[in-house]
Amino acid sequence: MKLEGLKLINEEGLRIDGRKPDELRPVVMEVGVLKNADGSAYVQQGNTKVIAAVYGPREIHPKHLTLPDRAILRTRYHMVPYSTDERKSPAPTRREIELSKVIREALESVIFVELYPRTTIDVFIEVIQADAGTRTAGIMAASLALADAGIPMRDLIAAVAVGKVDGQLVLDINQLEDEYGEADMPIAMMPSLGKIVLLQLNGVLTEDDFKQALQLAKKGIMKLYEYEQQALKKKYVEIKPE
Amino acid sequence: MPVLVQHRQIVVPGQLLAEGRDVEVKSQHTVYRAGDKLYSAVIGLAEVQNNRINVIALEGFYFPKVDDIVIGIIIDLGLTSWTVDIRAPYTAILHANDALNKPFNPLKDDLRRYFDVGDLLVAKISVFDRTRNPILTVRGKGLGKITKGKIVEIVPSRVPRLIGKKGSMINMIKEETKCQIVVGLNGRVWVVGPTPHHEEVAILAIKKVERETHTTGLTDRVRAFIREELKKRDLTG
Repeated sequence: MKLEGLKLINEEGLRIDGRKPDELRPVVMEVGVLKNADGSAYVQQGNTKVIAAVYGPREIHPKHLTLPDRAILRTRYHMVPYSTDERKSPAPTRREIELSKVIREALESVIFVELYPRTTIDVFIEVIQADAGTRTAGIMAASLALADAGIPMRDLIAAVAVGKVDGQLVLDINQLEDEYGEADMPIAMMPSLGKIVLLQLNGVLTEDDFKQALQLAKKGIMKLYEYEQQALKKKYVEIKPE
Repeated sequence: MPVLVQHRQIVVPGQLLAEGRDVEVKSQHTVYRAGDKLYSAVIGLAEVQNNRINVIALEGFYFPKVDDIVIGIIIDLGLTSWTVDIRAPYTAILHANDALNKPFNPLKDDLRRYFDVGDLLVAKISVFDRTRNPILTVRGKGLGKITKGKIVEIVPSRVPRLIGKKGSMINMIKEETKCQIVVGLNGRVWVVGPTPHHEEVAILAIKKVERETHTTGLTDRVRAFIREELKKRDLTG
């Protein structure tokens, strides 16, 4: 149900938060934010804030989950109770369990799991503040944290959602656009290999829309990829010889 | 054969390093090939030499290899073997036969007499084939229980920098601080010096190397650093 008189795109073609249709929200990325994890990262896109921690490869407990030929990956996507308008129960919801699964599958395709048999790599993604695009921010935080842990991987993952609001395709949608728009399509890629590792679609898009949305997402992903690379390198550029 | 990165440049996972089949790759896990292209798999420093390319990881964990010297901590003991933490994804096993120079009889003897939980030891990995946990041995020169000195932990992937080319860095630190230093490839370093103050200076130097791994001219800077720290503590001469 749409609010009476709510316009998601104004006469000048700008969105509700003043962005152009193909504009990303302001991005902050930081690597190595947690001391106790083997690798960690913080990603902020607009009002969406996500933190990720990686442990491992390490021994698996319980032992029966062990695989003899590869590492297993355990991923938890979780929203903290204060991340939303209304308190969210800390117990994992159906949605969080699903997202944990699709994020895990995306990460499995970039990590060289076959190098570390009988071990586990544990990834924890905590959404601190939610304003749409938490799975894409989460997957980026996770890939940065994995790189920070020194786990060999094919590529970093960059991800963004494309939405359709008021009949127009827009990049990196926020909460309002997600709620009142016609479609939401999160996409995650290995940018330098040009491979898609996650694609979901909620809502309705025509075939043409879909193709355009993909192109739009790729543009955003290349920009986010650059931010990721900078964030990783920044940790070392900052340590100068004394 | 275009190599697309410079020597000692910081690279990140997924970064294209070179194109062409004639480029040689030295490392197994830090660089990978997809078709004709070579990509980095980790954050690290690119090492480029003519037609060879290599990435030295800046972050990373220890993965066991046969013949590696490691420093372990006893975490448990059974009837005829010890369980040892070697900071790897797998715990290691030290059998009594590999630790003692005589046959071991569990009826008459107690393992606790040789190593107890919490004891530290320098050991060598004698067997590891990825299907079972690594097996250690303490038979050999320089191997065995650690009874004095200090232990520092550093990021395992930075151990090669601490050792330096043909041991240049570690030998310099040993000489300047007059300490004996054993570097475990799992990132644990054992320091024994004439006084605790000497050990302290050596540890500060090791931590400096770890922190500034990716910078150039490190050996000379660390030498100056050690001399200054020794002077501060009145330990020169």
